[in-house]
Amino acid sequence: MQLVLEKRAERSNTIALVSPLIAIGLTIVTMTILFAILGKNPLLALHAYFVAPLTDGYSLQEIAVKATPLVMIAIGLSLCYLANAWNIGAEGQFLIGAVAGSWVAVKTQGTDAGAWVLPAMLVLAAAAGALYALIPAICKVKFGASEILTSLMLVYVADLFLDYLVRGPWRDPHGFNFPTTAEFDPVATVPLLIEGGRLHLGSIIALLVVAVAAILLGRTIKGFEIRVVGAAPRAARFGGFNANQLIILTFAVSGALAGLAGIIEVAGPVGHLQPGISPGYGFTAIIVAFLGRLNPLGILIAGLFLALTFIGGEQAQIAMKIPLDVTKVFQGILLFYVLACDSLILYRFKVVFPNRQVARGTH
Amino acid sequence: MRKSLLALTAGLLLAGSVSAASAADKLKVGFIYLGPVGDLGWTYQHEQGRLALVKELGDKIETTTLENVPEGPDAERAIEQLVRAGNKLIFTTSFGYMDPTLKVAKKYPNVHFEHATGYKRDKNMSTYSAKWYQGRYIQGLIAAKMSKSGVLGYIGSFPIPEVVSGINATMLAAQTINPNIKVKIIWANTWFDPGKEADAAKALIDQGADVIMQHTDSPAAMQIASERGKLAFGQDSEMIKFGPKTQLTSILDTWGPYYIERVKAELAGTWKSEDTWGGLDSHMFAMAPYTNMPDDVKKMAEDAQAAITAGKLHPFKCPVIGQDGKEVECKGGANLADGQILGMNFYVKGIDDKLPGK
Repeated sequence: MQLVLEKRAERSNTIALVSPLIAIGLTIVTMTILFAILGKNPLLALHAYFVAPLTDGYSLQEIAVKATPLVMIAIGLSLCYLANAWNIGAEGQFLIGAVAGSWVAVKTQGTDAGAWVLPAMLVLAAAAGALYALIPAICKVKFGASEILTSLMLVYVADLFLDYLVRGPWRDPHGFNFPTTAEFDPVATVPLLIEGGRLHLGSIIALLVVAVAAILLGRTIKGFEIRVVGAAPRAARFGGFNANQLIILTFAVSGALAGLAGIIEVAGPVGHLQPGISPGYGFTAIIVAFLGRLNPLGILIAGLFLALTFIGGEQAQIAMKIPLDVTKVFQGILLFYVLACDSLILYRFKVVFPNRQVARGTH
Repeated sequence: MRKSLLALTAGLLLAGSVSAASAADKLKVGFIYLGPVGDLGWTYQHEQGRLALVKELGDKIETTTLENVPEGPDAERAIEQLVRAGNKLIFTTSFGYMDPTLKVAKKYPNVHFEHATGYKRDKNMSTYSAKWYQGRYIQGLIAAKMSKSGVLGYIGSFPIPEVVSGINATMLAAQTINPNIKVKIIWANTWFDPGKEADAAKALIDQGADVIMQHTDSPAAMQIASERGKLAFGQDSEMIKFGPKTQLTSILDTWGPYYIERVKAELAGTWKSEDTWGGLDSHMFAMAPYTNMPDDVKKMAEDAQAAITAGKLHPFKCPVIGQDGKEVECKGGANLADGQILGMNFYVKGIDDKLPGK
């Protein structure tokens, strides 16, 4: 007897709906066993991860703050991926956006520059992110260079460029040579939404981005084009859709969103430019995009969910003295089950008896 | 089944809150770590300090740690999480936590914060650091004695004052033994990256260095020096097991006594914001045993250590000549002022290298 995966004739919508629930259920079972082995109370641990962060305003704000850059970047990436354009370099576009926006903040520091500073930073960051993303897009279209490689390699260029700036020309003159710019002036920081909290305007912008992306993909010809070019390139060509033009467009949009996320992070929670402003948001966003099934609403939920595991992981470390490694194992197991269960949407298990002619399916 | 599960949950939650109540009269002390506690360097030594603290005052306090906290936007949240969990004294153990710690400190005036190696303070935020340059001076003496090629290899992390003052102290010491001593410097641009640190050590040895010194945290350079039959100094922690025939000594961060002192002050209600910058005399760091060297060199090192501890020897005794050949203004009487060392942004004469960003 053998167990094989067989491709379904059509995707199962039932499984598509329940697969995340199955994944979460399996994760909980696995983690319960793991917690029990570690000698921790599984119910209290799961409570710390999933429930405690959702029960007070502070943690909810922190979840939103953490999810904001992830969701913004992932929305842009989903447009690329739907159009079959593989932008892996959102991290670099994020950093370049942060650098370009910070330029305005650094240059106006200590002057009486007015309320135009922050909008200028946002616009410049988006433009810089878009231009930076256009490099791999144009190399792909003109020379056939793999956009996966070029966009990824440009991440390191951006990283080192930022490093150079904060160690050299933009270094805080009163900062004892430490690699950071001075704290941004109030006109150059993203306003907070709630007194005493960290929730900032960027989260609203992220929600707007989700809404616009949902409308673009669901209600417009351009959105239809993106999906057709990705799903059926031949059909798209017959339909007169220009695939190259779409690669350029989706790369530019995703670069702009990553750049915008970059400056919002720097001018918001961080407050100055320094190395290490991103703990890998550009890469984590790839996971968020796929976890959200490249659907704007799905991405919003996936981003919030991943943020929840981060915040919950910290609270579990504090409340239960559970090591950080367990949180990482937890996140890994969760992603593993989600992707494994997702494969059941397109495939199904089949039991094969090699000695008999009759192969019997599960249904 | 469902009812019993609910009852079980309620029971467990209740049990949790009961145990929390009994712990409530203990002082809660929090720690934020940059690396994993098993990095064998910086974070490991802070964890050793915490363990010493628990051993001493374990019946009066409860400690909580958050490890692997990046020095970016996540730091502020991590610190605030510790505050919200009821910690009244919080140690943030890396330079990059300076601004996040300050932000949280302003928000919670009734909680006390201790930030390692920074320079921003507040009514409820102290800073603490060690005069590691004293240890570097001793290493410089040993290195100059032990080097046959007259070339020292130095792996720097970032060109910040703490690291620059370490290089200068090393060279000032080495020049008293061998006026023509040379130092090759490689900036790894990281505190902890065994791969990069190993590459730097290889490059330095290829350039003729036969004594390797490091201001990065992993034992990688020690291992390379050991493979190539050269000598090396450890960093932060005891690294002799990575080079039994290689390690000359190591600067050991010993945070335990400081943590115990500060927590005792907090328990007694006498904690106040301070700027602690302790040296060998106040046990903020220690030197590992002097090994793999002849007895006369060992004696010289021990004498220098005793002299520094007694305050008779200061590595930055005036006059200090800068790289440009001009004498550095002496603001501290007989020695450079603490402020000049804490903000050190120049090389001393004899260093054939350009300070990055200058």
